[in-house]
Amino acid sequence: MKKLLKLGMTAMLGALIGTAQLAHAQKSMDDPLRDDYYANFEGRKVVFVPVFMGLDLTEGWSKIMASQAEELGYDYEVRNSNFNTAAGAQTLTSLISEKPDVIVVQNPDVQSYAKLLRQAEKAGIRVIQLNMKTNYQTTGFVGADVELIGEKQAEAAVAKCSNEANPGKVLVLAGPPTSPFSAYMLKGYENVLNASPGMNLVSVQSTGDYESSKAKSITQVVLQQHPDLCAILGVWDNTDVGTAAALQESGKADQVLVTTSGGGGELACKGLHEGMWQYYVSYDVPGQGRDLNALIMAALQDKNPVGSTKTVLYTPLVTYTPETLGDERCWSLDTLR
Amino acid sequence: MEQNTEKDGGHGGAGPMAMLSGVLGKGGFDQLRIVTLLFLAIFILYSVVLPGFFSVGNLLTLMRTVSVLGILGLGMAIVVIGRGIDLSMIATLAVPSALVLTLAAKGFGVVPAVGIGLMLAISIGVLNGILVAYAEIPSLFTTLAVGIGVAGIGQIGLFDYEIVSWPPALDGIAWIGRGSFYGVPYSVLAFGVAAIVIGIFLRRTRYGMFVYASGDNPGATRLTGIPLRPVLVMQYVISSCVAFFAGMVLAASSASMDTRIFNLTWIYDVILVVVLGGIGLSGGRGGVANVIIGTLLIGTIMNGLTIMNVSFEMQNLVRGLVLLVAVLADSIINPRNEETAQQGDI
Repeated sequence: MKKLLKLGMTAMLGALIGTAQLAHAQKSMDDPLRDDYYANFEGRKVVFVPVFMGLDLTEGWSKIMASQAEELGYDYEVRNSNFNTAAGAQTLTSLISEKPDVIVVQNPDVQSYAKLLRQAEKAGIRVIQLNMKTNYQTTGFVGADVELIGEKQAEAAVAKCSNEANPGKVLVLAGPPTSPFSAYMLKGYENVLNASPGMNLVSVQSTGDYESSKAKSITQVVLQQHPDLCAILGVWDNTDVGTAAALQESGKADQVLVTTSGGGGELACKGLHEGMWQYYVSYDVPGQGRDLNALIMAALQDKNPVGSTKTVLYTPLVTYTPETLGDERCWSLDTLR
Repeated sequence: MEQNTEKDGGHGGAGPMAMLSGVLGKGGFDQLRIVTLLFLAIFILYSVVLPGFFSVGNLLTLMRTVSVLGILGLGMAIVVIGRGIDLSMIATLAVPSALVLTLAAKGFGVVPAVGIGLMLAISIGVLNGILVAYAEIPSLFTTLAVGIGVAGIGQIGLFDYEIVSWPPALDGIAWIGRGSFYGVPYSVLAFGVAAIVIGIFLRRTRYGMFVYASGDNPGATRLTGIPLRPVLVMQYVISSCVAFFAGMVLAASSASMDTRIFNLTWIYDVILVVVLGGIGLSGGRGGVANVIIGTLLIGTIMNGLTIMNVSFEMQNLVRGLVLLVAVLADSIINPRNEETAQQGDI
């Protein structure tokens, strides 16, 4: 009898514990981070000041930023400076008094906005510089290591041109002289070319504001002077469409190696397929967009005084050549999420 | 000055040799002569100093690099001779031609696409013309505003990207900017054809004479019974059509149309070519020869500087200095006074 009671008690206890466990499993737990996290974004505002909308780069970044803003419920706005540095400076000046929480800015050159960005940070606005930076470091920078792009392009040129058959003549088609994409890229070219004795930098010319028609005419003139040109180091895919047109017209598209860089959009693959360029360094806009969104989230959560943390995220570069190409590697606005 | 203009008239469709003899043979120095001499001096200097400058290949390349600028200069010349200015030319170059590329890429067919582009260009010209001729808004403000408006229309939704690439559907007409005909690039031929057509229009047709008349003295023009306002509208329609043509040549040539060019300094280059060549902004003077010589001078300077691998900033500086020298020389040799000054001088 005693034994039976003991057994019954044990069974009851077991059942009790079992029920308790079941009840425990049914009652959910709060994620302690979640509420604070989402509360961070309420009523906050992020403003993007690009050099120019309507380019694959800026439209791509903006789409990625806008979709995160919609998801997390903060305001996102674009103030296009329309390729006009003065207009951009004016936008920044008015933003300093409007006080959004974060400004994402793409700088037309290394100097113009520097003072304004400093003022903005002093006014308590976190500034993230995107792909084109000034010489003043703000809360964040997301973008390519332009010097490294230059080095990669120059290495491709050295690989083709430094052998004995070719004299190794190289043309550099840069962007606007004060743009970070001209100054730092040229540094990268020089790092490699100066260390390669077989190479001869015959001409360094600016394409103005990345004008493809200018790239075309410079290429034509230089080809006249140097019919044995071996490689062209271009600054941006959209510009080098003109470079490629000049080579195709002169019938030297096979002789001259064109290297260029860009965001890795549709044009990158189209250019490789059509032989416009044979070496393409992509700074991967979808990847940059993700980095950018991460920095925006960090900036919106940061409770420390503005300027106390500074983060630089150089984008991992991806190199496209005709051998490594598959269409799926190039993005379009529709494939961006 | 009046007399010089009459003499210059003779050079309208003439070749470079006739122009040269005109320069050397007659005593008067106006800006056309000064710039022609400047051009010859720089050309000879480059030929001696720069190896590879004086070669057929390079000279054709030189022409090719400035052919679009020259075509635009011809269109601008008509408006400037009629005492106006068309600052919307670059927008008219970019937006209608980019529209043609976009439509063709969407499968509209070559003829409808080009037709729609041309219609857009003509309507921009008509709008400019009506605002200037009938609403009597100064052309400077009208065309500035219309240009910004047209560029804005392009930006807000006509195109997916600001840089529109040349679609394979249009390859049938790509020759207008690409390739060459017996060694002469088609874009140079396009400039030549445009120069001849506009030269004939200005010098050999009644409406061409009306353009000069409307620029020289609008009041007297109206008194003589010339339909002044329709003539003004016509000028802007022609310049728009010329800009559209230049746009198609440029798009074919660089295999894309970069509609951002509206924001760049192209329009100043076009005015530079026209003014440098000696077409006064006060209207009624000059012709096709002025545009050709202005274009050649700019082309030669830029070509030489590129060969010498001079930096971009320096090239801009030199270009500015040359314009300054040409304008200074003109105002020293032909000083303005009450007799030569016209109402409407800028």
